[in-house]
Amino acid sequence: MSEKIKFTIDGKQCEGEKGRYLVDVAAENGVYIPVLCHWKDVIPAGSCRICTVKINGRFVAACTTPVEDGCNVENNTPELQDIRKAIVEMLFVEGNHFCPSCEKSGDCDLQGLGYLYQMMVPRFPYAFERRELDASSPKIFLEKNRCIFCKRCVRMIKDEKGKSYFAFKGRGKDLEISMDKTIAANISDELAQKAMDICPVGAILKKEVGFATPIGQRKYDNVPIGADIENLQKTNGGKK
Amino acid sequence: MSKPIVATASLAGCFGCHMSLLDIDERILKLIELVDFHKSPINDIKTFTKQCDIGIIEGGCCNTENVEVLREFRKNCKILISLGECAIMGGLPAMRNGIPVRECLEEAYCDGITVGENTERIMPNDEELPIILDKVYPLHEIVKIDYYLPGCAPRADLIWEAVVALVTGNELNIPYELVKFD
Repeated sequence: MSEKIKFTIDGKQCEGEKGRYLVDVAAENGVYIPVLCHWKDVIPAGSCRICTVKINGRFVAACTTPVEDGCNVENNTPELQDIRKAIVEMLFVEGNHFCPSCEKSGDCDLQGLGYLYQMMVPRFPYAFERRELDASSPKIFLEKNRCIFCKRCVRMIKDEKGKSYFAFKGRGKDLEISMDKTIAANISDELAQKAMDICPVGAILKKEVGFATPIGQRKYDNVPIGADIENLQKTNGGKK
Repeated sequence: MSKPIVATASLAGCFGCHMSLLDIDERILKLIELVDFHKSPINDIKTFTKQCDIGIIEGGCCNTENVEVLREFRKNCKILISLGECAIMGGLPAMRNGIPVRECLEEAYCDGITVGENTERIMPNDEELPIILDKVYPLHEIVKIDYYLPGCAPRADLIWEAVVALVTGNELNIPYELVKFD
């Protein structure tokens, strides 16, 4: 059995196994650290930085940092809340996120974080880049306007030979998510559903279903994101 | 002390935010005890004849007329509120923003599958018509905006709570359920 260690998050005593990622151990201790790219037990990407915490005065991504014995983690401080809110705002202006017309609205993690941090308007100017929609697969849409480059689909949606259905194309501002049209043409219903479910936004959608849950009953309509892990107060941007 | 004066306008929006304002139901009677309405589509007053305290604007700026009206509101209102997704980020009209205007107009008037015969490729070009902008702009990219109320449409309770807090000077504590982007 691996070594048990003790550490604190915002002064709260926590314990866990040495070497595991902070974001997972925090969740087991009832502390919510927001994630967009992270998925438990999948090799972390560390790409979205929404899980940024401060350990012993340094900013680190909680999804790529193993817990150490005796470390003091800052998580829900005004400074980190503002950094996370800024990240959410940057993601909103960088893509084309038209919530009213998106099927994922209400169940979207990015939107859920917008609600948690009470984003009324992004502080950055909108980019309004032109991006395409790939509807070539009979089972799924790939709506590139909404992709936040979390790489969950690239890492997790694979065929039986281990080949990814999705991949990144280009670099920097030309970076885009793309789909292997040949294997995506025969994607199973089950895998298509999984792809939609793991996508934190509305970039991957299953065809022929949508808007199934009425407004008011969706995931984040009444309960903030992270409420399954920690009881965050609902009215003030996750501040305790 | 006289009542605060409210003006409203709908720019490149669908009027849904104004409809949501009417969804405050019988509280509208309380509202007219709290404030007076000036220029607004609700009472059909078309021109500013006095300085207003609060301007509430729905919709983004998609043409030169929208910009003119918005600037007039900024000049005549002490406080300006962006109401709804279109005002805040352009909303559905801004879905054209990545596409060049010429391409949009050609699709709408010449090449779209629902367009009838237009062999001369005529596009609306009367001098009476406002000129369409290169993209749909959120209001705060044109003038200074003081407050933002998101939603499509913003919940009636959100509009009510915000306006009441503003005119009474009370702190606004918005319940989680009221701030939504759809």
